[in-house]
Amino acid sequence: MILRRAITLPNPSLASAASASLLILGLLACGGAPDSGQPRAVIQIKGSDTMVNVAQAWAEEYKRAMPSVDVEVSGGGSGVGIAALERGTIDIATASRNMKAQEIEQAKRNTGKEPRELIVGFDALAVYVNGDNPLDEVALGQLAEVFSEGGTVTRWSQLGVTIPGVEDDTIVRVSRQSSSGTYEFFREHVLGKKDFKLGSRDMNGSKEVVELVGTTKVAIGYSGMGYATPAVKMLRVASAPGQPAVAPSVANTIAKTYPLARSLQVYTLGEPSGAVKEFLSWILSPDGQRILQDNGYVPVTASGDPR
Amino acid sequence: MAGERALELLIRLSGISAVLFVLAIFFFVFREAAPVLFADELKPLEFLFSSEWYPTSDINVRYGTWALTVGTVGVTALAMLLAVPFGIGAAIYVSEFSAPKSKETLKIVIELLAAIPSVVWGFIGLTVMSRLIVTLTGAPVGVNLLNGGVILALMSVPIIVSIGEDALKAVPDSYREAAIALGATRWQMVYRVLLPAAKNGLLAAVLLGVGRAVGETMAVLMATGHAVQVPRGILDSVRTLTANIAAELGEAPAGSEHYRVLFLTGVLLFCITFAINLAADLVIRGRQRK
Repeated sequence: MILRRAITLPNPSLASAASASLLILGLLACGGAPDSGQPRAVIQIKGSDTMVNVAQAWAEEYKRAMPSVDVEVSGGGSGVGIAALERGTIDIATASRNMKAQEIEQAKRNTGKEPRELIVGFDALAVYVNGDNPLDEVALGQLAEVFSEGGTVTRWSQLGVTIPGVEDDTIVRVSRQSSSGTYEFFREHVLGKKDFKLGSRDMNGSKEVVELVGTTKVAIGYSGMGYATPAVKMLRVASAPGQPAVAPSVANTIAKTYPLARSLQVYTLGEPSGAVKEFLSWILSPDGQRILQDNGYVPVTASGDPR
Repeated sequence: MAGERALELLIRLSGISAVLFVLAIFFFVFREAAPVLFADELKPLEFLFSSEWYPTSDINVRYGTWALTVGTVGVTALAMLLAVPFGIGAAIYVSEFSAPKSKETLKIVIELLAAIPSVVWGFIGLTVMSRLIVTLTGAPVGVNLLNGGVILALMSVPIIVSIGEDALKAVPDSYREAAIALGATRWQMVYRVLLPAAKNGLLAAVLLGVGRAVGETMAVLMATGHAVQVPRGILDSVRTLTANIAAELGEAPAGSEHYRVLFLTGVLLFCITFAINLAADLVIRGRQRK
């Protein structure tokens, strides 16, 4: 008897909860219907931490332009987004690096569709030091000596600078977790595919890197140029010693003179269609590209509407 | 009668279920890890004792977990060093010395402390503690072993206090009365009578505290600095096994070597906790036999 009562007891409350949620659904449907007359569409975006802010801004602005479409954004790193795309659990993967051949194979094998790439903007990968650091420019080779396995530079004095008010000038390296596209881009283009020196602080987001560099006088780190704060300084980067050092800026990224410029892309499974296709072409429209620019990145074409 | 029998069966099932769940979890984790355990590419000695962790390297993939194991053990040990005296002391105070009214307040506040989510603790570590450590010690970076240890200690203290207090409460009042009647002071009674009588329960409290510290992920991920290195002092950044799994499992394609090695680190974590529990159990039994 006791048992039966325990089992039947939740039912009335469940039933009322269910009817309440049906009611809410009905209200939502009524609210949504007059706008478009179409069923609601949900677009799921996952991936790059570099692009998560701009993707969020796109989602919010697109909600205003197309109220019938919900865009859900999450980060985790380019690798996380690509892994989710391979499993077919999301619609769009954002990535600050290109998909590797084996990842494309894996996606084809799992889902039967070929991933399609669309470049949506450009970014300069900036090298950050603390605002108190007197260093202004650095060569790619020096960065490799600081960051790569077997690299010999461990103290600021080896780069010819003394940090004011610091006794121990051991360089604190701030890096990214290995799922990050920024991490892979840096490894490929600065370290020449060699591995990172162990013992770097591996942060979980672009913003965290800049924050830690901003609070640590002896730190050096790398992150998208959109994340700069007053507490840090972006170094000018030279592609080789003796070459002119170039500041990370929109103009230098467009002119391709900054050595660490990179493209930002999105991936879909197969040719995009329906709501996803409309969303992607909106991203490339002047509205979408203006949002990208407001977030500190460089639009796809400096010369007009790509549509 | 039938109802009673059904109820009894239900209770028996819930009793056995704990064992079933542990076995099922161990089976699942081991099954995911097994293919790489018996593969030629993985050298067991390198896995355990090399500190080179390069799971996504382009040129030379290496899976060495020594630095991560040292990180886990170091952070946990420091946390226990801080939390055990503090927690047991608080349990003794709440159980034996405080007035009934303040006792109730204290218990409620301590339980509230246990309910704070770990991500909030991690955030405190990242912002408040890290700045405090930089100002007090002059360390270049505030997210390090010390930070993780203090945060974990703060997280385990409420567990140690509330379970330790229960253990002390379970000691019959006749023990206390007998001790007082023999002319013992209150402190002598606690030290000579209560602690020995409640030692099993107190050890359980400490073990659950250790369990929370070893298994904690989010807070240590944020507070320790997440750097793969064998620490040379408590002001060095470290990475723990749990934080490493949390940070890397999302990107590792299911079924890949990296994915399986991460599960293998889960097995390693299992073994560490199992060893701690077993050791504590043996200590207790050894004491009892004397």
